[in-house]
Amino acid sequence: MIFGVDVASMLLGGVAAGMVLFIVSVGLSVTMGLMGFVNLAHGGFAMLGGYVIAGVMKHWGVGFVLALIVGFAVTAVASAVLERLLYARLYRAAELDQVLFTIGLVFMMIASVTLLIGPENQPLRLPAMLQGQINLGFVQYRTYSVVLIVIGAAIAGGLWLGFERTLIGAQIRAAVDNRRMAESLGINIARLFTLTFAFGSGMAALGGGLGAEFLGLDPQYALKYLVYFLIVVAVGGLGRVSGVFWAALLIGVLDFALKKYLPQGGTAFIYALTILLLLWRPQGLFGARSA
Amino acid sequence: MTSPPGGWADHAAARALASRHRLRAWEPIPWLLALAFYFAFPKYLGFGTEVLVTILFALSLDLVLGYAGIVTLGHAAFFGAGAYTVGMLAKHGIWNEPITGLILAALVAALVGLGSGMVLLRTQGLTLLMLTLCTMALLEEAANLAHVYTGGFDGLDSLPIAPLLGRFEFNPLYPRTQYLYVLSVLLVCFVFVRTLVYSPFGQSLTGIRENILRMHAVGAPVRRRLVVCYVLSAAIAGIAGGIWAQANAYVNLGTLGLDRAATVLIILVLGGHGRLYGAFVGAIAYMALSHFLSKIYPTAWQLGLGLLLVVIALFAKNGILGIIEAAARGRRAPRAT
Amino acid sequence: MSAAPLLETRALCRSFGALAAARDIDFQLEAGARHALIGPNGAGKTTFINLLTGVVRPTAGVILMNGRDITGVPEALRVKLGIARTFQINRLFRQLSVLENVYISVAERTGVAPSMLRPAGRRGDVVEESMALLDSLKLTADAARRVSELPYGRQRLVEIAIALGLRPRVLLLDEPAAGVPSAESHIILDAVDRLPREIAVLIIDHDMDLVFRFAQRITVLVSGAVFASGSPREIGANPDVRAVYLGQAARG
Repeated sequence: MIFGVDVASMLLGGVAAGMVLFIVSVGLSVTMGLMGFVNLAHGGFAMLGGYVIAGVMKHWGVGFVLALIVGFAVTAVASAVLERLLYARLYRAAELDQVLFTIGLVFMMIASVTLLIGPENQPLRLPAMLQGQINLGFVQYRTYSVVLIVIGAAIAGGLWLGFERTLIGAQIRAAVDNRRMAESLGINIARLFTLTFAFGSGMAALGGGLGAEFLGLDPQYALKYLVYFLIVVAVGGLGRVSGVFWAALLIGVLDFALKKYLPQGGTAFIYALTILLLLWRPQGLFGARSA
Repeated sequence: MTSPPGGWADHAAARALASRHRLRAWEPIPWLLALAFYFAFPKYLGFGTEVLVTILFALSLDLVLGYAGIVTLGHAAFFGAGAYTVGMLAKHGIWNEPITGLILAALVAALVGLGSGMVLLRTQGLTLLMLTLCTMALLEEAANLAHVYTGGFDGLDSLPIAPLLGRFEFNPLYPRTQYLYVLSVLLVCFVFVRTLVYSPFGQSLTGIRENILRMHAVGAPVRRRLVVCYVLSAAIAGIAGGIWAQANAYVNLGTLGLDRAATVLIILVLGGHGRLYGAFVGAIAYMALSHFLSKIYPTAWQLGLGLLLVVIALFAKNGILGIIEAAARGRRAPRAT
Repeated sequence: MSAAPLLETRALCRSFGALAAARDIDFQLEAGARHALIGPNGAGKTTFINLLTGVVRPTAGVILMNGRDITGVPEALRVKLGIARTFQINRLFRQLSVLENVYISVAERTGVAPSMLRPAGRRGDVVEESMALLDSLKLTADAARRVSELPYGRQRLVEIAIALGLRPRVLLLDEPAAGVPSAESHIILDAVDRLPREIAVLIIDHDMDLVFRFAQRITVLVSGAVFASGSPREIGANPDVRAVYLGQAARG
């Protein structure tokens, strides 16, 4: 019985962490799949968004939900501007140049935040309703974690619907599959890129804010978790929302389980597993194999 | 049209190709300068040694990145493999002769390169980048876990390295032996890389970088070439790591870290990749700037570095040497239509 | 005189999902042949070349060379067997000189490519052979120039030179005149005319001048299947072919 409770709480924690990973990483996966662009600065948008959310809550007393919306919107707009001005110039560039550009960008993001605000962790106070514990019948667990799971599932469902049922979703899927074909069908690729990039960065901001409770929020956030985001995207397959979802959950649960049962070698295990997975299926667990 | 008497060797194209590898007049200059530095700035020999080791490391990266076109964020794996080979052998009293220690470091790093290269180089793009990152991170974690042997987070210090050739002591306070030792090793490795680059093998690497599908279509065993290149580069990076450990009498996890891997990539790009001397220019420029700025204003340094990278990626993909080349080309044909 | 054909396919098929790009293709290429493959866009001509060179694996059927099954042989090894190709869109080493481009393919063939110690420019044998090859294609004047500086027509010639550097027994030319301005296309036609007689040549092209001038046999491919095959006269006179492809510009 106790074993069952242990496993249940470990699963809940892992799934909650996985949801945060998913929300941040989904934007990265879609833009990489759509634009073929290696965006190592994605964590930076999560960090910036988190700061906006924490900032408006602290200084303007804005409520949590509204702050999340503001964070999403501000980050989406800012990233759209960056995309039009800078990213778009590098779409046809070599992979190396994209890597260098985005590393440079994230350095600038981290340094700016450190200079303007400071290197300390930003506390983010959750509304009272979300604090504490909740009784789920078979186990008692942190309310916030359960809420995260619900939110994550809702977002995943919403995104899936958006991709499958809306016109723009279809356009994105078409362009991910075969950009040239999509262009010849009259789809405005440039506009699609900007919208997708803005949306993906906004999602990252959301993840940064929602996950601040567990992952913290300091300038180094942008690089600290980058490898995890990249692993989730690589394992899940580029441009696949469902792939990212399951990969994020897998990594989240694994991380939690390993922290508990194998605290020494946990990270090494995840790296080794990623290597094996990518060697077995270079396109990711759910990615499309190129013809 | 029949071939000219005496063959085609006199044709402009043939002569251009034949003279590609010839020593240019200015090529001895960096070495003379390095030697002059030894006499002129005896107080800065520690810094100088660090720069020379970095040049060697960046040179090894140029082989895979600049010539074969493999983008990797995990090259410190080989640096660290070499460093820890030297470190562990010395610290645990197994072996501390420097020159043979370097050879062992190169061998171990080459083995790591062979193992990882054979599997990783089946992939490309983001997957390859991720795999190089994960391999290096895995090695770093492994070194951390085996802290009994590797000293874990604190590393291994006060490595008892035997005197060079039995006579020249490695004095940590007056790194005169270290400097000349590293300079000599750098020279040997550079000559090797330079020869490789101008050989038919180097030519085929350029072909793979420029148009990999074409190389497949002319029957080149592409993956085999890439793996060989990767192994050679790993060996040289291992030498760089080993000699770093010997010169500093110290090794720690930083030799395997993302910081070191990212820095060497930035250095190479700053100097100009795919150009033998890019490593030299980049290392000197970066380390001179970093030495003065990053300690005093670390955050401003990060901001400036980030800005530099953005500018390079957008406007100066070929680094400092690229800018110099473009300027030289522009002056040669000022009124080109 | 019926010897085994140099290159042959039997019931060759290739599908990409629901799309059947090659259906039951039976094809023979004799030594020294001058064979043209024509067909409407999307007929599967380039796919067929990709199948012959090993870029793509067939979903069914066999490929034989001199009677030997080479269906499973990978691309790089088929080059060693003597199959070379050019691409519809140039695949050249644009930042290298014309000589260096051909050098690379000759070096691969002669086994010089993996050598690490002597400078490339000092391998006189490879340089001589590369220059002689360029001479046969009238490219010597451009040998020292960077490929990216050449007009497109002459770049297409370099594409052919690279393939010839492999001393192939079978040469597959995928639209050699594609993209070449009409003012320059004669240099391609000239070069194709002067290809060594021993090489079996298969040309894909839409330029009917080229096809009817060059070919001793023509195969028509439509929707991935062989529609008709025969001498230029037979094909030119075939009303179904005219209907499906040749249109008003029919030549006999």
